[in-house]
Amino acid sequence: MALRTPLYQQHIALGAKVVEFGGWDMPLQYPEGIIREHDANRKGCSLFDCSHMGEFIIEGRLEDTGLDRIVTQPLADQSVGTCRYGFALNEKGGTIDDLIVYRLAGKKWMVVVNAANINKDAAHFRANLRSGANFRDVSPALAKLDVQGPLAREVLKPLVSGIEGLAHYACGEFVVLGEKVIVSRTGYTGELGYEVYFPWEKAGRFWETVLADPRVKPTGLGVRDVLRVEVCYPLYGHELSEDISPLQAGLKRFVDGTKDFIGRQAWQAEEHSGPAQKLVCFTAQSRRAPRQGHWLYTGGDVPVGIVVSGTFSPALGAGIGMGFIKKEFTSNSKEIIFGDAKFRERAELVARPFYKLGTLKN
Amino acid sequence: MEIIERFLYTKEHEWVNIEDNIGTVGITEYAQSALGDITYVELPGVDKEVEQFEQLLSVESVKSASDIFSPISGRVIEVNEDLADDPSILNRYCYDKGWIVKIEMVDEDETSNLLTADEYRNYLASLDRNDTGDSVED
Repeated sequence: MALRTPLYQQHIALGAKVVEFGGWDMPLQYPEGIIREHDANRKGCSLFDCSHMGEFIIEGRLEDTGLDRIVTQPLADQSVGTCRYGFALNEKGGTIDDLIVYRLAGKKWMVVVNAANINKDAAHFRANLRSGANFRDVSPALAKLDVQGPLAREVLKPLVSGIEGLAHYACGEFVVLGEKVIVSRTGYTGELGYEVYFPWEKAGRFWETVLADPRVKPTGLGVRDVLRVEVCYPLYGHELSEDISPLQAGLKRFVDGTKDFIGRQAWQAEEHSGPAQKLVCFTAQSRRAPRQGHWLYTGGDVPVGIVVSGTFSPALGAGIGMGFIKKEFTSNSKEIIFGDAKFRERAELVARPFYKLGTLKN
Repeated sequence: MEIIERFLYTKEHEWVNIEDNIGTVGITEYAQSALGDITYVELPGVDKEVEQFEQLLSVESVKSASDIFSPISGRVIEVNEDLADDPSILNRYCYDKGWIVKIEMVDEDETSNLLTADEYRNYLASLDRNDTGDSVED
């Protein structure tokens, strides 16, 4: 049986359509539907239950922990109270997971990882951290609620004293509803937003308090995927995997090749030779959505690549997708075709992101 | 769940309204509700010939694509072009403005393979009892 977040009963009471994701029963959508949930996020405020995601706490002196070698971003110059997005790589340069490192104090970090990878990541951290590190997987104790959208700050103001001072990708400890909790200004939608790490058994109170604000709508994993594709954020298992490097996925800026990290040799070799495949973003010429597993063509019948994510974009009114094109087939042409055995649809290669009006940095 | 008495139904949740020898085809309330917000309809060409229960077209919602099967054999004589611009009509008016195609029927006997409104209602009730939930991989 699938695992349940502390908000499962709330989702059922709201009439959510529940699906299994990464071993968890999660709300795919609520009765108003994905299009309205999309509008709530882009124009108002949306509330996601992401309690399935994983959190690790690592304590110790940075140079004694070995933490810096596990992630691709440099941690030595990371200020307390900030977050950094990066990767844990395997020796081949493939991606074990994408993650965010929170520097909570000089000698304390929280690492947030994908739900489906918690056990794999915890094993990787335990195997590679040094004796100077105190490692705890606190995933079962921490719920994560994402308050996202242009009105997110206004919604949280009465609940989180000092929220106005939190800059993009900053984090801190705040007292919310009497609980000491970590809040970061991060998210997965391209809008202004916050992630709130609430004690597991008390998360229901925070959820209900935020939802009592008429400007807020509950939003599910369905729209979460649409929103992240509209801003070209990667999803592990799609744009990233054990066989896909951040270089192939176009995420080079989150890897510091000048520092030591696991997988660095492979990273440098691939930088030198050029990635074997490259992630492209494309907009369909119709409302038809590209889907994971569709092939990409440039004209002939031989596929030049494969779609890894796709959806109908309510913001653009068209199908949008991301896919990998093999190195030997890359060209300067802006035209691409996606399809399967039954159809072919024309599309245009575009620069990231698809949706450019996000309020992320407002 | 709304069901129109005089229509006939399939177990794949299509409806057909047969008048003279023309069958107007659409998807049921159950289908549109299960699909969620419909974002794209791949309309067949006029004159397309279909066999009963053969794939007629496909519809997409934000999260999925679904095949729609023809309740009757025949030739497509008209398609609802309004759906190309506004597929959400299917969500809002699945039994009237949301009709999808009209088919010139070739074999009246095929109606015996379809469900009456009562039979379809019972079929939906049996699905409810066996509901195993959905799954999604992303």
